[in-house]
Amino acid sequence: MNELMVCGAAREIRDGELVFVGMRLPLIAFVVAKKTHAPNAVGLFENGVIRSTPAAELIYTMADPPNLLRATQCLDMLGVMSLLQSGRVHLGFLGAAEVDRFGNLNSTEVRSQSGLTRLPGSGGACDIASLAQRFVVLLEHKKERLPERVSFLTSPGNGDSAGWRKRVGLPRGGPAAAITTKAVLRFGEDGEACLASLHPGVELDDVLANTGWKLRVVDDLGQTAEPAAAELKAIREYDKERFWTK
Amino acid sequence: MTKLASLRDAVGELIPDGASVALGLQLEQMIPFAAGHEIIRQKKRGLTLIGPISDILFDQMIGAGCVEKLIAAWVGNVMMGSAYNFRRAVEQDGMKVFNMTNFTIALALQAGAMGVPFLPARTALGSDVTKGNHFFYQIFSPFEPKESLWAVRALNPDVTIVQVQRADTDGNAHCWGNFGVMIEGIRAARRAIVVAEEIVAPEVISSDPNRTVIPGFLVNAVVHCPYGAHPSPVQGCYSRDDAFFRQYHEQTKTPEDSNAWLERWVYGVADRAAYMNQLGACRVDELSVKQHAYAAQTDFGY
Repeated sequence: MNELMVCGAAREIRDGELVFVGMRLPLIAFVVAKKTHAPNAVGLFENGVIRSTPAAELIYTMADPPNLLRATQCLDMLGVMSLLQSGRVHLGFLGAAEVDRFGNLNSTEVRSQSGLTRLPGSGGACDIASLAQRFVVLLEHKKERLPERVSFLTSPGNGDSAGWRKRVGLPRGGPAAAITTKAVLRFGEDGEACLASLHPGVELDDVLANTGWKLRVVDDLGQTAEPAAAELKAIREYDKERFWTK
Repeated sequence: MTKLASLRDAVGELIPDGASVALGLQLEQMIPFAAGHEIIRQKKRGLTLIGPISDILFDQMIGAGCVEKLIAAWVGNVMMGSAYNFRRAVEQDGMKVFNMTNFTIALALQAGAMGVPFLPARTALGSDVTKGNHFFYQIFSPFEPKESLWAVRALNPDVTIVQVQRADTDGNAHCWGNFGVMIEGIRAARRAIVVAEEIVAPEVISSDPNRTVIPGFLVNAVVHCPYGAHPSPVQGCYSRDDAFFRQYHEQTKTPEDSNAWLERWVYGVADRAAYMNQLGACRVDELSVKQHAYAAQTDFGY
C-alpha cells in the first residue's frame, strides 16, 4: 500500500516543477518522479539543500550525507523559505496526524477524553501549506485521523470554506490532494474534500465509514492506478530494505 | 588571544542556569550533542531551548531536567517519530512550548541578527500555532495594498552552540553542508560557542573566505571536539548513526529507561572521548568516510 501511495505522490509532481520534498514517503516519490515522468523536477529541502538529481542512496533525513553529496546547492533555510514565500515553489508534500474536511492539517497536539497527546509540531509543514502553490498530504486512512475539523490547525488548508485562505491573508495555494492508505481525496472549488479514487481492493463503504464526516464522492469514481513496473523498480531499488515502504 | 577552551570550561563559564540556548540549528546535520551532554552533566537548570527541529538532543536535555521551556518548530526523533521525554514533559508536566514553524524561527533569529524588533511574514496566517504565542503579532503592510502579515518577534539567544568541520583558535569557522539557521543563530546570539572537528591555522580559513560562515569576533569559545555531533552526521567527517537513533527510540520509552540511557551515555562518561570509546572502534569505523568527494578547487588569485 505504501508503494501505491508513493506512486500516487510521484504522479502529483509535474515535470519541471520546484517541489518541497519533505520526509518519509514523499522523499521516495521525488526519486520515482525524477526517474520516470518528471526528470526535470527540482527538489527543495528546508535545511537549505536544493537537488536536481535524487540522492544516490536511501536517506532517513533530509540532511543525511547522501542528500548533500552532488546537490545543486547547499545553503540556508531562509533561502529556500524565501523561494517558497515568493511563490516560486509549485508543490509541497506533507504528513499529518489529522486532516479534516477542508484539508487543514494537525501535527501539533490532539486532545481527547484520554487527555493530551503531544505531537512533534509543525516543522516546516505550516510554511509549506501556507505558501506553496499547492500541497499534497499523505496519511493513514482512519476515522480518528480524518475528523470533520482538526482539533488544532497547524497547517492551513481551506479553513472552513472556499475564500477562507484569501480572507486570512494567505497569498495562494491550498490542498490539491490527500493520498491515504485507502483512497485519494481531491479538493474542489468549494474547498471541500471529495473522494476521487479508491485504491485497488478497497470498498467505497470502507472509506466512507472510516472518514469523520459525510465524504462526498465524485460522479465518475475510479480506481487509483496501480504502480507501473518502472515506478516499482525505482522504489525497490531505492528503499532496498523497505524501511519507508514496508 | 586564543579562544580555545575545553567543552567543560566553555559550558561552565558561558551557560548560566536560566539561559536561553540555541542549538541544533543545522537541522539533522552537525547537532552539537557533545555540548548538550556537557550541559546535562553540569546539571544546568531552567534553560530555554531554541531550535527549528532537534533530532533527540532536546529530548535528552528535557529528560535530564535541564529545560524549563522550548521555542521550537518540531521536537522528536526525525527517523522514528515521537520523542518520549518531550511528550511526557508537555502532556504530564505542562512544559511551556512556543510553537514556531521552521520559517518563523528562522525569521525570529534573522530579526535578532539584524537588530530589528520583528520581520514580517506571510506564513502561518490562519494557523493555530500563532494563538497565545507572543512571537506573533498581526500587522498590516504600511504600503499599498494593505495586506495582513505576521510580525515575527526577534529572538536573541543568550548562547548559540554550533558544530562545524574546522575553525581556528580565534573562532573563525569553516562549515560546509546545509546551514539551516546556523548563520542567523550565531549573529543573533549574545554569546557563541563553536565546536570544531578540527582546529586549523588561520591561513587555512583565509584561503577560502567564502566558506567562513562564522567570523571569530562573534565567538566566545572554540572547542576542539572530534565526533562532537555523533550520532548526527558531519559532512566529510562521519555519517549519520541511524542505528543509534533507532536504539534511542527503543530505549527511552519510560522515565526509568530514559534515566538508564542518560546514565550510560552521558553521566557515565567523562567527556566525548570516553563516549566514543564506549561506542567502540568498530562503530566509529563504520561511520567513517568511505569515499571522499572533494570539491573542485577555487582560485582566489588575481
